[in-house]
Amino acid sequence: MADEKKLCLCGSGLTKIYGLGRQKCIAVDHVDFEISECEFVSIVGESGSGKTTLAKMLLGLTKPTEGEIYFQGKKRDISTLRKKKEYWKSIQAIFQDPYSSYNTFNKIDTVLLDCISMRGGRKLPHAKKIDLMEEACSFVNLKFEELTNKYPFELSGGQMQRLMIARIFILKPQILMADEPTSMIDACSRATILDMLMKLRKDIGMTIIFITHDIGLAYYISDCVYIMEHGKIIESGSAEEVILHPKEEYTRRLINDVPKIHEEWDLSSVSYA
Amino acid sequence: MSKVMLEVKELTTKYVTRFHEDIYAVDHVSLKNEEGKSLGIAGESGCGKSTLALSLMGYYFAPLHYTSGEIIIDGRNISKMDPDDIRRTILGTEIAYIPQAAMNALNPTQKVINFIEDVIQAHNPKATKTEIYELARERFEILGLPAEVLQKYPVELSGGMKQRTVIATSVILCPKILIADEPSSALDVTSQKMVIKMLRDLMDNGFIKSMIFITHELPLLYNVTDDIMVMYAGQIVEKGTAEEVVFDPLHPYSKGLMNSIIVPESGARHVKLSAIPGVPPNLKNPPQGCHFADRCKYVQPECKAHPIDLQEIAGERAYRCIFSQDYLRKAYKNGG
Repeated sequence: MADEKKLCLCGSGLTKIYGLGRQKCIAVDHVDFEISECEFVSIVGESGSGKTTLAKMLLGLTKPTEGEIYFQGKKRDISTLRKKKEYWKSIQAIFQDPYSSYNTFNKIDTVLLDCISMRGGRKLPHAKKIDLMEEACSFVNLKFEELTNKYPFELSGGQMQRLMIARIFILKPQILMADEPTSMIDACSRATILDMLMKLRKDIGMTIIFITHDIGLAYYISDCVYIMEHGKIIESGSAEEVILHPKEEYTRRLINDVPKIHEEWDLSSVSYA
Repeated sequence: MSKVMLEVKELTTKYVTRFHEDIYAVDHVSLKNEEGKSLGIAGESGCGKSTLALSLMGYYFAPLHYTSGEIIIDGRNISKMDPDDIRRTILGTEIAYIPQAAMNALNPTQKVINFIEDVIQAHNPKATKTEIYELARERFEILGLPAEVLQKYPVELSGGMKQRTVIATSVILCPKILIADEPSSALDVTSQKMVIKMLRDLMDNGFIKSMIFITHELPLLYNVTDDIMVMYAGQIVEKGTAEEVVFDPLHPYSKGLMNSIIVPESGARHVKLSAIPGVPPNLKNPPQGCHFADRCKYVQPECKAHPIDLQEIAGERAYRCIFSQDYLRKAYKNGG
């Protein structure tokens, strides 16, 4: 099985430095990684460890200071807007804050219709478009009849995040970048969102990169985990290996910081730094 | 039995919308919290947790209105008091509140020490600046915040630091009850642990006498509080000790909540997460019978017929369901 896996996204020596001179801040520091097709990868680290910067570089939103990104075996080329748009057909993202992910002036129908056009369905008959939208909404357990003619801000946070997944379902990119998609919604809807991400991978064979600070989530959902500290990947491996038998002190601390229910949660080790 | 710090009897509060519709977000809630104990309130978004927190303070402002019930803080009934009196004599000194985004309370143009001066002088106009500084410095040092923080502007502090600064400030007058409304949900796990440690320290040092902790993260609640109440659509559906509610939930809704727990422990990977289908009822016209009936797996016709009362069982344990506890336990065992 293992040798059949095709590499989907790789990075070598990826570095991002913000600022110049004395105010220089190394956000991501010579990071190497290999992500295979149809893999569920988590990137875990605390605030300020460079997770989101790494995600932005992979999405092509910021230019890496150094290093290369390889997409499906070839060097990624997004030098022109046209090439960038082509690239974005194969990589899409869900962000942390569902409230600011939508254009306030667009109705939900428009949001979903845009996605259909992006997939080349602009000339489809109207009934077909409606069918597609209904299919996408039922995938995320929303009812299209209730959403039509509404604005995104009329929905709750969990519903908005689910609509975001409905967009992804229409677009069917090869890679989905989920940047803390569950940190702003409550525990109940969180289970729903995680279920849907897993279904996306199973049904469509999407590669999912999941960014989180909660190592418990990473353990539950992913095949492979990367731990980031101060812009460096310090530990990587399968979820079982990294979380049940951590090698680095930092990983152990991250695991300790999550409240547990079957084991004692040790508060005495907290140092106010 | 130790002294009861906060007692709430059948508290009902409502929101009045622009179209004069009533929304009962807190519906006949009774609770009791003893000295030295902490009480946790769990529930999903929109179930009335935060409204309950606001209502407990007795300080109502539109669109939130008081309907009926009593709030008794340390033997003193505050539910009929004048709002201005409450603000002067109760808030801050008897009961303190930390909202979810507490860090936004800091004024960006003021140093932290000026902010603390404002707080203290509102309650004690005679306090001098040096007294306040000494008090704040001492308190901050006990709580593990460096004294330099006092001379800084909020923008110079990190998110976790700001949150802890606001918590330390809100309890500077040693209130009897602290209401913490999701104080850590905007923070990452490391800062969250610091905030929790700080709340524990506050209790251990006697700066607060009892605490009410509101969150939707059940593992966190289990580790922080002694008792847990589960709230659904404005009503209490279950209460008991933390141990009982987490490991032996009775109400079908609590059972559903427990199925959404994710912890990094061996074996947790193979547990099937199950979300509760459907959405909470609209509280504008709440259902006649059980509020949870539409989403419940075990629903019976009589569930929807008439209001369900809270069944009290051994100790402080209670749940709001028509079935017996044995029936529910057996059903969970068979059907997951």
